[in-house]
Amino acid sequence: MCLALPARITELHDGDSATVTLGGVRKQVSLALVEGAEVGDYVIVHVGYALSKLDPAEAERTLALLTSLDAGAAA
Amino acid sequence: MKYVDEYRDGTLASRIAATITAEADPARRYSIMEFCGGHTHAICRYGIEDLLPANVDMIHGPGCPVCVLPIGRLDMAIELARRPEVILCAYGDMMRVPGSDRTSLTKARAQGADIRMVYGSADALRLAQENPGREVVFFAIGFETTTPTSAVAIKQAAALGLRNFSVFANHVLTPSAIQTILDSPEVAASGAVRVDAFIGPGHVSTIIGSAPYERFARDYRRPIAVSGFEPLDIMQSILMLVRQVNEGRCEVENQFSRAVTRDGNAKAQALVDEVFELRDSFEWRGLGTIPDSALQIREAFADWDAERRWQLRYTPVADNKVCSCGEILRGAKKPLDCKIFGTVCTPENPMGSCMVSPEGSCAAYYLYGRWRDA
Repeated sequence: MCLALPARITELHDGDSATVTLGGVRKQVSLALVEGAEVGDYVIVHVGYALSKLDPAEAERTLALLTSLDAGAAA
Repeated sequence: MKYVDEYRDGTLASRIAATITAEADPARRYSIMEFCGGHTHAICRYGIEDLLPANVDMIHGPGCPVCVLPIGRLDMAIELARRPEVILCAYGDMMRVPGSDRTSLTKARAQGADIRMVYGSADALRLAQENPGREVVFFAIGFETTTPTSAVAIKQAAALGLRNFSVFANHVLTPSAIQTILDSPEVAASGAVRVDAFIGPGHVSTIIGSAPYERFARDYRRPIAVSGFEPLDIMQSILMLVRQVNEGRCEVENQFSRAVTRDGNAKAQALVDEVFELRDSFEWRGLGTIPDSALQIREAFADWDAERRWQLRYTPVADNKVCSCGEILRGAKKPLDCKIFGTVCTPENPMGSCMVSPEGSCAAYYLYGRWRDA
């Protein structure tokens, strides 16, 4: 039940709510727990609520680190 | 799916595994506890243990809210659900957990109780609006990840003046459980359970941040890596911890930096603080009664507190004697050490909570066939 997944905001609605899409599935979620979420942002969704915004720069950094770990192994 | 698929690359995972094998000192053992049941599930699903060298051992922790809820609290929910005026709303994972006399929410529903499975607190709130003549109770369980969503529902009910909605709160705190494990005789004194390092929960930490773990690194000398939930995230976290152990460092590292900051989600923390306060003590399955380890609804929101509305009282109930859930939740046993795993106790006919929730170690072992070659 702690499952949470990253989903992209496609539409903002009144009352702190938004439509998100995840692998083609659309769902309405609450934005009551996040600040300043915009269309196009990725948020982590848990039991119908966005918990946090994903930081694209940090995501890139983690991927780069994973690739460098890889290079380290090959060296 | 973006932010998912790129963290599931199998080739990259086996190369990281090779790095872990190359860097893990064969003369050492590395016992790493993943606190969170979501991590346990991912470790079983992706076969991560099969990629690790034999001296890197994963110990499965108590971070499964369904699993740690004691029978007595479930009994309270079943008692509530049997009141004719009540509609009890529960997360799907809770439905088949056996309570006293092996009654579950599913069985109580079959006997006529009005119990609805919901996706979240917002569904329960909607049911209350649609059923003004009934009392809708949300059976709220969960760690810090889920607590803010219950707080939002209570605040909305208060704002709407929705008097037929209430919450049966069972929210528990991650740092209390980590502390209890570190202070337990099995870990601290006898050394029967060895925990060298922790994989810290990812989604809990989006809310509370990584700072609350710093005292465990400092005072208990345990390295911690807060981790995402995809297989590459977990592999990278294991590598970070192997390196910390090798270098004698005890720090909190944040592998899940794309979603977790040091201070967490201030807005969610403020909402939780406004609606909830510390409960004097709370019993956890497996860990016992722990002071200041759970939350209760503040006096200001007493009208939406199901425990106050029906004056519910907690009666402790011992676990089934043959069930090893308690030891499994403390890391003292693995699912295969339980006598009834996969025979008497299966997901279709669970004896203990760890076989019910997908985040329970037993259910994860069973589901992904981690027992077949054992």
